[in-house]
Amino acid sequence: MPTQILMPALSPTMEEGTLARWMKKEGDTISAGDVIAEIETDKATMEFEAVDEGTLGKILIPDGTEGVKVNQPIGLLLEEGEDESALEEAAKAGQSGGSGNESGGGASDGEADSAPKTAPAAPKSGPAQPPVPSSGNHGAQPDADEPTYDSFKRQTVREALRDAMAEEMRADPDVFVMGEEVAQYEGAYKVTQGLLSEFGDKRVIDTPITEMGFAGLGVGAAFARLKPVVEFMTFNFSMQALDQIINSAAKTLYMAGGQMGCPMVFRGPNGAAARVAAQHSQCYASWYAHVPGLKVISPWSAADAKGLLKAAIRDPNPVVFLEHEILYGQTFDVPDVEDFVLPIGKAKVERVGSDVTLVAFSRMVGHCMAAAETLAEQGIEAEVINLRTLRPLDTATLLKSVRKTNRVVTVEEGWPFAGIGAEIGQICMEQAFDWLDAPVTRVTGADVPMPYAANLEKLALPQPEHVVEAARAVCYRSQA
Amino acid sequence: MAASRRTRSGGKEESGTPQAKRFEPDELEHLYRSMLVIRRFEEKAGQLYGMGLIGGFCHLYIGQEAVVVGLQKLARPGDSIVTSYRDHGHMLAAGMDPKGVMAELTGRAGGYSRGKGGSMHMFSREKGFFGGHGIVGAQVPVGTGLAFAHKYREDGGICMCYLGDGAVNQGQVYESFNMAALWGLPIVYIIENNKYGMGTSVERASAPGDLCQRGAAYGIPGKSVNGMNVLDVIEHCAEAVEHVRAGKGPYLLDLKTYRYRGHSMSDPAKYRTKEEVSKMRSESDPIDQLKTRLLDQGVFDENHLKDIDKQVKGIIGEAAEFAQQSPEPDPSELWTDVLVDA
Repeated sequence: MPTQILMPALSPTMEEGTLARWMKKEGDTISAGDVIAEIETDKATMEFEAVDEGTLGKILIPDGTEGVKVNQPIGLLLEEGEDESALEEAAKAGQSGGSGNESGGGASDGEADSAPKTAPAAPKSGPAQPPVPSSGNHGAQPDADEPTYDSFKRQTVREALRDAMAEEMRADPDVFVMGEEVAQYEGAYKVTQGLLSEFGDKRVIDTPITEMGFAGLGVGAAFARLKPVVEFMTFNFSMQALDQIINSAAKTLYMAGGQMGCPMVFRGPNGAAARVAAQHSQCYASWYAHVPGLKVISPWSAADAKGLLKAAIRDPNPVVFLEHEILYGQTFDVPDVEDFVLPIGKAKVERVGSDVTLVAFSRMVGHCMAAAETLAEQGIEAEVINLRTLRPLDTATLLKSVRKTNRVVTVEEGWPFAGIGAEIGQICMEQAFDWLDAPVTRVTGADVPMPYAANLEKLALPQPEHVVEAARAVCYRSQA
Repeated sequence: MAASRRTRSGGKEESGTPQAKRFEPDELEHLYRSMLVIRRFEEKAGQLYGMGLIGGFCHLYIGQEAVVVGLQKLARPGDSIVTSYRDHGHMLAAGMDPKGVMAELTGRAGGYSRGKGGSMHMFSREKGFFGGHGIVGAQVPVGTGLAFAHKYREDGGICMCYLGDGAVNQGQVYESFNMAALWGLPIVYIIENNKYGMGTSVERASAPGDLCQRGAAYGIPGKSVNGMNVLDVIEHCAEAVEHVRAGKGPYLLDLKTYRYRGHSMSDPAKYRTKEEVSKMRSESDPIDQLKTRLLDQGVFDENHLKDIDKQVKGIIGEAAEFAQQSPEPDPSELWTDVLVDA
């Protein structure tokens, strides 16, 4: 039997890709290590190397095919001694797929607009998540305070972040970007794509792997009134720089009696990506939100990302800007206006509802929107608040909603203890106690380091169905 | 005494032509087999990653096999080993079972961390392997602490602490050097210098100067060694290991090596030319070099080496099979091992 050549997974978040080009023709001999094709992933064009030896018997997926799913057979490899008659046999035998156990899938729990995969130990299979709604113009018109826009462009969160930096760099020569692989590599997650070519290596700076060093250097440059945008390849690495962020950046204005501000941004992906395990999958929202002297932003949509990053760069204070790797590739509507800036410290009601308030930030807003759709089918109208900024927290928007719905569910990827949900619960207690008809309820990440195994990782992260359950519980609805 | 603690090689890379015949045939076979096990293991891991059976980050060691195989030849039972996230080769060289390592990569119950750690985070107390660390440079103070414990207990062990060329600019590396030199800790710091810290070449990340001299300010002797030839590694690193074992304090080695694959599976490696990679592969491959020498010097014949290849392929095939058959961890495992019950 010929060996099937399967579409490879070539990044942690890849579920499908484009077969850009075959580097071998049918009939070519292949040795292990030969590049047989170029594959475009969600991040880059990768060379796909052969592992087995043989002859390329048949190409099943031609050059330029988009949307080829991981593990789909793309070609057939004839082993030594096999000829073309083996190909016919293979065709008859049909698609046997890989020898793999699908449940170990690498790119699990990818984009929020795909249905959750059913891992063996998953809670009862959740609702298929609807496509991510556009941020400005979906069904129930959200926030009266939010200006309305006439025209939008479709953008990924990744592009929106890049545009925000580029626009601010064009407007202000004191803004510069530094971090690991931000320049020549164009960002480990391609967020700084194109910046080096436009702004040059004076303003787009590759650093050594030295987080404490370059974070502190950024602080010093900000003291001298430059406006650094310091990228952490992931916020997991910001722990190496924690002292500089908190002791130097956050506290100096106060210690200097107001003389010495620190106008800078620390940005990068935060939270869990996919299968990168304990040391690379942590949410730092509550860590940084704890610190006076910092502003902390965590956007969900591309519009949030663009408008708030521009605001963060302009802000005269140190801003921690927590992005999410899984959101980078997601597309949203971004208002197509010149200089789109959003206010820091202002939450957005993404969906209006009367029965329960779902409060979240970053990727979990998408989970709440999905849960709200399911709840609506069950006769529960959920209001979804996208916090956008965690410090200062927009308590006015929160309390207004609580006084209307009388029920609150908070959702976050991070750990429960002393998390953002704990703070929101306390705010509700202190300022809306008489309006509450049920205890404020938290949906959080499991109180454990992030496990690597696909099934355990899924169990460790909040899923839309958990939000649905929690919302039903505070509405005192019995199990569906 | 002071003089002997200064950098010895002045940054020149130590390589020579050690005679394969100085090693016993069974030793040579062990070296060849060990490198081949790593190579085939990593190729299989890459394949399983492509099939979606391994997730997240997966950093392959292909090309660097001579470093860890050579250095671990100089280790003794009771020594400790610690490294970064490019760790599969170290575990295999430390004698860990390929089945358990591969099953950890697939996130299964049969893995060394029962599926909870993954590629970057694996450990074996039995084999003295203390990880597998995901944060660049973090293993260096940890390794220094392992060395501290060897000295404290006077157990005769030393720590082999591996770090990449990218890690040498982390501040904690120098905090560690100072303590290790100050307290005379038994540790060999081994820089695996594969020329690129992710996509940034050493020249773009590190101020000029040989990395083996980075300990000079602390009086730590250093040496650069050709890390593409396993016999060179053994020959030229032996002095460092002896120095440390004799209680003379830390030693810094800069092993010049090369990784054939990208930084991780999702790195397209556009920062270097194809010619550079293929030149290293064709001219400096550690396995090919040893093979050629063994054949030229008549230590083994082609058939004997083919038999080894076959056996290794079998071992790796079994490991891959085990890694796919082993069940996923039980859901209850989510909540275990957070704290020791006390």
